[in-house]
Parts: sequence; structure tokens; C-alpha cells
Amino acid sequence: MSELIDILLTTGFWAATIRIVSPLIFGTLGELICERAGVLNLGIEGIMTVGAMSGWMWVYQGGDLWGGVLFAASMGALFGLLHATFTVHLCLSQHVTGIGITLFASSLSYFVYRMLLPSATTPPKIEPFQNYPIPFLSDIPMIGEALFTQTPLTYLAILCVPVVWYVLHRTPIGLAVRMAGENPVAVEAQGINVLSVRTGAVMVGSALMAVGGAFITMSWFDAFYFGMVNGRGWICVALVIFASWKPGKALLGALLFAGLEAMQVRAQLSSGAVIPYQFFLMLPYVMSILAMIVMARKAKYPQALLVPYRRGERV
Amino acid sequence: MQIELRDHTSLLRAGMAPITAVFATLVICSALILWAGVPVLEAYALLFKGAFGSAFALKETFTRSIPLMLTGLAVAVAFRSKFYNIGAEGQLYAGALASVYFGTGLIDLPAFIMVPFLLLVGALAGGALLLVPVLLKTKLKVDEVVTTLLLNFVMLLMVSYLIEGPWRDPMAMGWPQTASIVDNGVLPALLAKGRLHAGLIVALLAAILVWAVMRFTVLGYEIKAVGFNAKGAEFSGINVNKTVIYTALISGGLAGIAGVSEVAGLKGYLTLDLSPGFGYTGVAVAMLARLHPLSVVPAALFLSAIYVGADSMSRAVNIPTYIADVLVGVSVLAILVCVMLTQYKIRFRS
Repeated sequence: MSELIDILLTTGFWAATIRIVSPLIFGTLGELICERAGVLNLGIEGIMTVGAMSGWMWVYQGGDLWGGVLFAASMGALFGLLHATFTVHLCLSQHVTGIGITLFASSLSYFVYRMLLPSATTPPKIEPFQNYPIPFLSDIPMIGEALFTQTPLTYLAILCVPVVWYVLHRTPIGLAVRMAGENPVAVEAQGINVLSVRTGAVMVGSALMAVGGAFITMSWFDAFYFGMVNGRGWICVALVIFASWKPGKALLGALLFAGLEAMQVRAQLSSGAVIPYQFFLMLPYVMSILAMIVMARKAKYPQALLVPYRRGERV
Repeated sequence: MQIELRDHTSLLRAGMAPITAVFATLVICSALILWAGVPVLEAYALLFKGAFGSAFALKETFTRSIPLMLTGLAVAVAFRSKFYNIGAEGQLYAGALASVYFGTGLIDLPAFIMVPFLLLVGALAGGALLLVPVLLKTKLKVDEVVTTLLLNFVMLLMVSYLIEGPWRDPMAMGWPQTASIVDNGVLPALLAKGRLHAGLIVALLAAILVWAVMRFTVLGYEIKAVGFNAKGAEFSGINVNKTVIYTALISGGLAGIAGVSEVAGLKGYLTLDLSPGFGYTGVAVAMLARLHPLSVVPAALFLSAIYVGADSMSRAVNIPTYIADVLVGVSVLAILVCVMLTQYKIRFRS
């Protein structure tokens, strides 16, 4: 027990938590926006892979880092458009489309990677985002090093939480998005096009997911590996339910998860080999399932989630 | 753009949907082949030759189709009742673990009992794993897609732990793999040469059995009714939760059998690369088969041919093998649209 407290008191642990939480924040916020508009986006796992590959590849081919982030986001938005065309406009099953997008997007990323780098045996590296200590704030003991000595992409992730909250809950666009997920007929009655609102929400959400993927290859690591996203997308889907579709709670949930993961890496090292490492690696997945169980009774799903909207059809 | 329901769907149109989808998939992916600088027709000819061009290729295609038929059936049954089991991958490994636990020396029975026994325990293990998500769904309304997906990762780590730890074969020169299945538990080879094994017969029998259950039994009727309209089924006196639980047990069982067949028929022991995503490809198989149990057989053969053919194609010309996975992913999306077009028509209006 005292070992765990020791871990909690190191800055390394908190810095790692903030690093690990960043892709989860992007992914969870992205999924949250889609679901608030009434569209479950199970393409998230594949879209994060696309972001991880395309952002990294942009930089590897000589582009600059922020250009890479932008490129990853637009690739994500493109796959979001594909998802929206299928689920919003053609009213196809959101479950099956999402799985199809994930299969397609991740295999396409691997294909493109192999086409551009046919003979790379050890994954080549890029110069990733460097830590950017925020003046003054980074001088605060402990918190300064953990929270304010991170890469710009992490600051962007944390900044996204209040921005998404503000847009969703304090602007007319956000109201339209939330209404599209609760009562699309009422949105239509206001003269707003439900299909456009949903399409836009899915595209923006998918762009955020892709940036989450890009974070992994451009800020956390410096190379692209196969199977690198490794279920993080699915964890984000669970986190959205855990967060009851609220951005603030999504941040808390993601922090809890990231803290757990940072903790398990350190506990693994200090426990020697008493507990096999596989059980530590299982923790995030098992925790995601537990989180969904805990929230199950309280979960207030957006009323029109999974329900396609056809104009002029009686409900 | 407006979507309108067709008055009726002609049989011809319904039957053409998968063929159109396959054709569309090949056309869409030809862009990638052109990018690789290979003539499209030549590439597909190589793919076809690699899958069907020789006795060896044919045997490989059939061998590879066995797990795809079983996971395809697992997905098809589940999706029929709108229970979205994306966890066939994990259930496959659960079945494989069960066959290894019982089949590597714990008990030894005559072959005609041992083989069915291993298939049975594999099916039970697969079903048991899916019991967790289905109970969470029916009791607590926890979404099954996410839980089944997450359990895939948990199962893979479990297998990794067992084959590196307590179940590691001490004779394997340090490789992380389990001991071999005892001789009486091995699914016999079907042909004198090659790797084709009796798993094919198991898979074909499973397809016929599932078809018969869906077509002729009350349970099959209830599964379809729940999938078609759960509320309506409830009103007409069907116990929806019970039906979904039975569906899950059948689905998980079929995926578990796939694991047994791969271990006891093909590999002989369990390693971490037993399945290169057969569970996920099962979704594509089931969708291409339009969730029809008998159509799963040709659909699995088709996707297996793509994998086997793409392997040999990428050796002959410079196209990454990932083209096979892209083809599978695109086919899922293509079949969705093609099936929709059999039931709806799209009318463009300004």
C-alpha cells in the first residue's frame, strides 16, 4: 500500500497520466459529439488509426508538425463524412457501418504505410512535438512539471474540454446538435436540417478522434506501429457512457483511466514478477466494462441515439 | 435526396445484392492496385490463381475458410436477433483454451468420443464467455458491442499469460506455445496431402444445423422475430431476453468451435497468432451472406480466397498483403448499400 502512495507522490506518475490522457480526451470528446447528435460512431478505432498514420506520415514526408495535425484531422473528417453518408443519409445500421469503417480505415492505413515505406523493418522515426513548459506556471513544484511541462498537443486536448462544453451547451449550434440527438422532429420544426446537423457533428467528432490518434504517433511516441491504437477507441466509447455524455465528466473519467494506466506501468516495475504483466495490461479493458456496469442504471442515453431520421416519416 | 421503400423486392434483385457488392468492392480497390503500379486485371487474375489455381491453392482456400464459416455463422445468428456480437475473436480463443485444457493429456478417450468432446467443451467455453455481455445487456442494458469488443483484448492477454506461464510447453524450446493435442483429439486430415482437415465437415454440418434451427424450430422463429421487431415480439408473448440469451449461447458456441477446429485440426497447439482476426472477418462473412446460414459457406470461401490469393499475389507483384484486409473492409460497406438498394430506392429531388 505504501508503495502505491509512493507512486502517487512522484511527478513522473502525474506527468505520465497527463500524457496518457490526451488521446483519450480527443477520442472521448469526438465520440461524445457524434452520440450527442444521435449517431453512434464505432469507426473510432479505425479513425484513430488513420489519424495516427496520416499525421505521422505527413511529418515523415517533410511536412511540419501542425500541418500533420491538420492533415490527420481532415482525414478523420473525411471518414466521418463516409460514416455520416451511410448512417445519416442512407439510414444504414450504425453498428455495422461503424465496424465496417473500422475494418476499412485501419487496413487502409496499414496498406498506405506499406506502400510508402515498402522495406522499413524497424519503424522510422520523426522529430515529435517537444515539451513546451509554460512560463511561470511550470515553476510550481510538482503540478508545474506534471501539468505545465507537456507538449502543445496535450494543452490542446485539455483546452478542447471547455470549448466542446461551451459550444454544446451555450451556443445555438450546440443546442441544434443536442436536439438532433434527442428530438430530431423538433429540430426540423425549427427549420434546421437534421441531416446536415448530424453530418457536421459526425465530421467534427471524427476529426477530433483522428487528432487523438495523431497524438500517439506525434507527441507520445515518434513512430507508427501496427496495432498501435490497441483498443483505445473502444475504451473511449465506454468512457462516453461513463461520462453520461458530459464533456466535464468525460475529462474526469479519462483522467481516472489514464491514472490507472500510469499506475499499472509503475506497479508492474515495483511488483517484480509476482503478478504477470498481462493482468496489468488487462486493467483498462476490465475497468471500461466495470465503468459501463456502474453507470448502466443511471445512463441517460440521448433519446434518438441509433434512430435514423427520415424526413416526413411518422414517428 | 429521398429514400423510399420499394413495394416488393424481387428475388433476382435480392440475389444480385452480394454479387453486386463483390463487384463494387473489386472496382473500388482497383484504385489501390493501380497506385501500386500493377495492371488491375493482371493483379486480380493473380489473386484468383493464388486461391484456386492449383490443388494446393484450393486446399489452402478451403482450410482457411473453416474458421471463417464458423465465426461467420456465429455473427450471422447473433445479428439475426440484433444482438451485435463483435467478440467472435475472443470466443474463438476461449474455445481454443478449452480444447487445450482438456486435450493435452488431462483426459484421453477413444478418438470417436474425444473429438466431439473437445468440440463440445470449446462450444461451452465460447458460449460462457459471451454470457457475460449478454447478461449485462439483458439485465442492465449495457451495450454489447463495446463489452464484446473489450473482452477480445482481455482474452488475448489471458492467452498470452497462459502460454507464457502455466500452460507453456516445456519441450517447445522456449517458444510461447502450449503442448500439443493428444493424437486421439486431433481432427483427422481429409486428404492424404495438404492441411485440409475434418473441421470442414464440422463447419458444413454447423451451417446446415443452424439453417434448420432458424428455419424449422420455434427458437429460430423467435430469434428472427426479436431481430425484426423486439417490441412486437414481446407483445406477442415471446420472452425477448431469454431468446437473446439463447442466441448468444449459440453464437458464442459456434465461435468457440472455430477455436477448437484451428487448434485440434490445423495447428495442433495454441499460440498467440492462432487467429489473424477471424472473429472480425466473421462480421464481413455474415454480412455478405445476408445473415443466411447456408450462404455463409460461399461467403466464407470467397473471403478465404481473397486472403489466400492476396498472399500469393503480393509475392508475385509488389502489392502489400494488407490489400486483403482492405477488400474485406470495403465489402462490409458495399454489401450494406447493396442490400439497402434491394429494399429502398433513392430518389433525387431538388
